[in-house]
Amino acid sequence: MEDERSFSDICGGRLALQRRYYSPSCREFCLSCPRLSLRSLTAVTCTVWLAAYGLFTLCENSMILSAAIFITLLGLLGYLHFVKIDQETLLIIDSLGIQMTSSYASGKESTTFIEMGKVKDIVINEAIYMKVIYYLCILLKDPVEPHGISQVVPVFQRQSLTLSPRLECSDSHHSLQPPPPRLKKSSCLSLLRTWDYRCAPPRLANFFFYF
Amino acid sequence: MVLKAFFPTCCVSADSGLLVGRWVPEQSSAVVLAVLHFPFIPIQVKQLLAQVRQASQVGVAVLGTWCHCRQEPEESLGRFLESLGAVFPHEPWLRLCRERGGTFWSCEATRRQAPTAPGAPGEDQVMLIFYDQRQVLLSQLHLPTVLPDRQAGATTASTGVLAAVFDTVARSEVLFRSDRFDEGPVRLSHWQSEGVEASILAELARRASGPICLLLASLLSLVSAVSACRVFKLWPLSFLGSKLSTCEQLRHRLEHLTLIFSTRKAENPAQLTRKANTVASVLLDVALGLMLLSWLHGRSRIGHLADALVPVADHVAEELQHLLQWLMGAPAGLKMNRALDQVLGRFFLYHIHLWISYIHLMSPFVEHILWHVGLSACLGLTVALSLLSDIIALLTFHIYCFYVYGARLYCLKIHGLSSLWRLFRGKKWNVLRQRVDSCSYDLDQLRLLVVAVQGLIHLLVDLINSLPLYSLGLRLCRPYRLAAGVKFRVLQHEAGRPLRLLMQINPLPYSRVVHTYRLPSCGCHPKHSWGALCRKLFLGELIYPWRQRGDKQD
Repeated sequence: MEDERSFSDICGGRLALQRRYYSPSCREFCLSCPRLSLRSLTAVTCTVWLAAYGLFTLCENSMILSAAIFITLLGLLGYLHFVKIDQETLLIIDSLGIQMTSSYASGKESTTFIEMGKVKDIVINEAIYMKVIYYLCILLKDPVEPHGISQVVPVFQRQSLTLSPRLECSDSHHSLQPPPPRLKKSSCLSLLRTWDYRCAPPRLANFFFYF
Repeated sequence: MVLKAFFPTCCVSADSGLLVGRWVPEQSSAVVLAVLHFPFIPIQVKQLLAQVRQASQVGVAVLGTWCHCRQEPEESLGRFLESLGAVFPHEPWLRLCRERGGTFWSCEATRRQAPTAPGAPGEDQVMLIFYDQRQVLLSQLHLPTVLPDRQAGATTASTGVLAAVFDTVARSEVLFRSDRFDEGPVRLSHWQSEGVEASILAELARRASGPICLLLASLLSLVSAVSACRVFKLWPLSFLGSKLSTCEQLRHRLEHLTLIFSTRKAENPAQLTRKANTVASVLLDVALGLMLLSWLHGRSRIGHLADALVPVADHVAEELQHLLQWLMGAPAGLKMNRALDQVLGRFFLYHIHLWISYIHLMSPFVEHILWHVGLSACLGLTVALSLLSDIIALLTFHIYCFYVYGARLYCLKIHGLSSLWRLFRGKKWNVLRQRVDSCSYDLDQLRLLVVAVQGLIHLLVDLINSLPLYSLGLRLCRPYRLAAGVKFRVLQHEAGRPLRLLMQINPLPYSRVVHTYRLPSCGCHPKHSWGALCRKLFLGELIYPWRQRGDKQD
């Protein structure tokens, strides 16, 4: 079962969220952001080249032009391979773990898998980034100290997603909701009572996932 | 909890039979290691499993049945399979079934005993996870908190499903030793059932390494005995030996070679990796050294270098003298009173004069010295670089003295000014320390250059010494051997059928490879890194081109 909705992020770009339901114990959320636009690419290349030509007319050294070509190519490759993310996926498998994959524009995929035994809790945190935004993050257990937290992992780390409160977040939550009581001791991921999401927040805004 | 069945991809097209593997009750997962084909005699199967259990300390048992046939199993076959459940009792009993040529599977897990919790069904939901047996066997899992460690037998609930799976497969190597060409009583299907994997070169190397290691180990012990004799403990030699970086580097390489050729086998994978990294590092070093040697000795470059040395030294001395004359007189020079300026300037000039005389004395011998130094590159590039660094240190000792006096004075001035500033502003912490003060004298570019070059040479030697080349090469060519974790992919799914996942290995990122496997450095400059070097230059802290007594020994 699949469906798709579109949202917008902090900077106004369009984002598409796809939800796939494979079985009662496995769900996938896939967030894709717009591809690299030809317009911005052309603009950046033209700026770099104009600067290079300006320097060339000043210094009369043709090395500057070759250096400009080199820099443009390297910069583009570096941007596609390390910075531009096409898609982020969250795969939740009951009693196994949570997997977060980021696919870059150059085809590189970086995956993190968190075993269910290591998850202490899932919380919604507030943060201030121009306005108040909310983001979902996973708290990991500390092996040394039983009540401590070793790491806080934000979900959908690299994209910023605006979601309306009652609709969304909800979905990722529902899939991480506490299971029926008989299986409680195993895969329990319950919401921490730091924030009651059932009542509407006083501000007219939306869920943001930022960074 | 959903029951997870880990199934090897090599057995996906195997014929029908029994599933042999290990059941992990805390994680509610079954790790299938092999498929045992019909016909078999139950007594022999039980004997084989008992043998494997004893040899590998893994609780191997018959987990269920595997059915791979043309259509749905007929009634008689179904009853036969059920009766097998009585012969090999196991809770829960798995029944995996696949149609020949079909994509979808059916799996059931039944428990004979009544479930303890009320309302729980007799059948559990099953999730199938496929894994590549060969890759999981050969790989080492690097969990973020725990180092890879295979000798501990117990995998408790706190270690997690993945660690349990990797551990089980790794320790069951005994089960994978028989292949289908053996005339044994039972027929198994696993990743090596088409033939045990081995390499002729590896076997030959293993046979040959015994006597070679013995011979080289005895030679090396002779060399270390000679170097540890009393003569070298007497004062001048011991002082030189501790200060010169060449001796240090040679000692370090001797240690490495002793480690490589030691006749003791490596006890655990970490030691084996360290040995392999050391071998790779030594080989790279010698290869680079030989390249340098061939470059130096071709086309009489040494002669050109020797001819160029004396004029350069003269030129440098002349420039320094001009600079000192200027510093002694000009308003922008040494900012002390006139008499002190003159004294310091004359002191430096005398140093330069001495130094120039020595250089002229040595000029006939320079070419021979350089030729012999070039030969030392056979021992490795790091030795040649250390020797170069020591020669630079000795040749530019006078410049180093100037640097020391200058840096100390600069430091004192900075301290004095900062205390005045603090006094002026009250008790606040002063930030002026970070700024280069405009009324201090100019740091001589040459001095800075020499000191920086020495620091860089030491860092390069350190880098070659500590880079784990074998691990980096392994990460590049066989990424599944170093695993940071796993990743899952959901395979084609149909409603009503069990969920199927493919488990693949997620390789360790390069930064973590270097961090985990870096070789301990020789201690030439353990406190130095590139950033620290720059920081020391700007703040006026002294940089010592040789090892200090307080430096950490490895």
